[in-house]
Amino acid sequence: MHPAPSVIVFTALSGLGFGLLAWLGLGLPAVYGWAAFWWYFVGYALAVGGLMASVLHLGNPKNGLKAFSQWRTSWLSREGVAAVVTLLIIAPFAIGRIFLDTDWGWLGAIGSLLCLVTVFCTSMIYAQLRTVPRWNNALTPVLFLAWSVAGGALLAGQAVAAGLLLLLAGGVQVAYWLRGDQRFAEAGSTIGTATGLGALGRVRLFEPPHQGTNYLLKEMGFSVARKHAVKLRVIALAAGSLMPAVICILMPAGYVAILIAFPIHLVGIFAARWLFFAEADHVMKLYYGG
Amino acid sequence: MTALPQSTDRKLGLVIDLDTCVGCHACVINCKEWNTSGTGAPLSDQEPYGDTPMGTFLNRIHTFEVEVEASPAQMVHFPKSCLHCDDAPCVTVCPTGASYKRSEDGIVLVNEDDCIGCGLCAWACPYGARELDQEAGVMKKCTLCVDRIYNENLPEEDRVPACVRTCPAGARHFGDLGDPSSAVSQLVAERGGMDLMPEQGTKPVNKYLPPRLRDRSMSGGKSLESKGDSPKGLLSWIDRALEAL
Repeated sequence: MHPAPSVIVFTALSGLGFGLLAWLGLGLPAVYGWAAFWWYFVGYALAVGGLMASVLHLGNPKNGLKAFSQWRTSWLSREGVAAVVTLLIIAPFAIGRIFLDTDWGWLGAIGSLLCLVTVFCTSMIYAQLRTVPRWNNALTPVLFLAWSVAGGALLAGQAVAAGLLLLLAGGVQVAYWLRGDQRFAEAGSTIGTATGLGALGRVRLFEPPHQGTNYLLKEMGFSVARKHAVKLRVIALAAGSLMPAVICILMPAGYVAILIAFPIHLVGIFAARWLFFAEADHVMKLYYGG
Repeated sequence: MTALPQSTDRKLGLVIDLDTCVGCHACVINCKEWNTSGTGAPLSDQEPYGDTPMGTFLNRIHTFEVEVEASPAQMVHFPKSCLHCDDAPCVTVCPTGASYKRSEDGIVLVNEDDCIGCGLCAWACPYGARELDQEAGVMKKCTLCVDRIYNENLPEEDRVPACVRTCPAGARHFGDLGDPSSAVSQLVAERGGMDLMPEQGTKPVNKYLPPRLRDRSMSGGKSLESKGDSPKGLLSWIDRALEAL
């Protein structure tokens, strides 16, 4: 699948933003006033920034508001609704902490839970697709939630929790890769089932329908730079999980640790998300001999 | 809501005969012509005369080679367009309700006025039947020529999808696949019509008729004797001289 920068930025940043807001909703760190303002500002900036990036992915964004209407059937619609509801629920909780020196803990707890629901909905946009066997896997939601909660803990300055959760997320990532590598073969789609000709003999593409490219190949036929996949997996794991985990555990907790660990973590997350798309094969490719 | 209908009154669709298709691409061109001038956004091309031309098509012909055991390899021209699936995954993923399946005839359509061009329906389709128009930014797909088949301004013989009307080989058939007595259903029953990628669980309405195997007597044939082994010129003289010794 085409690793569009807009969807990589969307899933990475909104995941981190909702992860941070989930910790803030639990009152961690226990900040009030101006200090609280900056924590919430970062959380909202990441979550909203990610959502704005996803709008760049649309071909016809002027109808964007209609995307909130189909929550009964569509995970993408559910994701939009959940994101907006979450941000609206956390807003009064944040206002209470910043301006009123008040802690409406129950509201924050609901907001935290909704943050996880939102990230789960994001993951299900991908996990629901049978056409992309690598994504169509129970570990996909676990992966998104693990990175989100771990990255959120890192941003929230929860040093020990962040260290452990980052290692856990790294473990989930490895499990996802190992599982994902099996998925296409497991799903059972081949050029033989795609054409229905498999029973007759060995099928291969003789001539594609067009000599140039098209939307399908650009969007779903991506296979560039797979040769770096192993290196990128190492980078994703080292920068996303191991290095920030070590920094969180060994360095004294505080802004300095966050400011050092977060950029490294972000590099790892972007590498992991790039691979999430670039390594995913769509069954449609079988019609193009892929 | 983009929920699928429990059942549809009719199941209009195509039966494509892989035995008959000659791969002329006439259906591709007539589809493009009819649907680019219809009610929705035109099917745009990008750089049509440039170095990297591409464009939106609702129907495309792939050509496959099947290596049949103990028989010559066989060429199969393979037209592919929307299969109007009973369990269409492209419909339920749509966040805006732009994609829908009609309960009266089972046709899967996109309401372009509601489409945001997110492309998720194209991701959900295993067949690559949906293409996002790069000019209009909305999703395009086969409409089964819904603006022809019910159009009383057209002569009756033209009230079939453009691809069916134009096929010079008679490889495309249109009808109600939900009615077991219809001509298309009988054709499917007679010729063993098949689903594409049944493992995807989409329950496609369109069926494909498998190609018949070619004449097997060819495989037992003997090749002609070689005419090129005897030497010529000087070598020929030497050859004859050596024979004479």
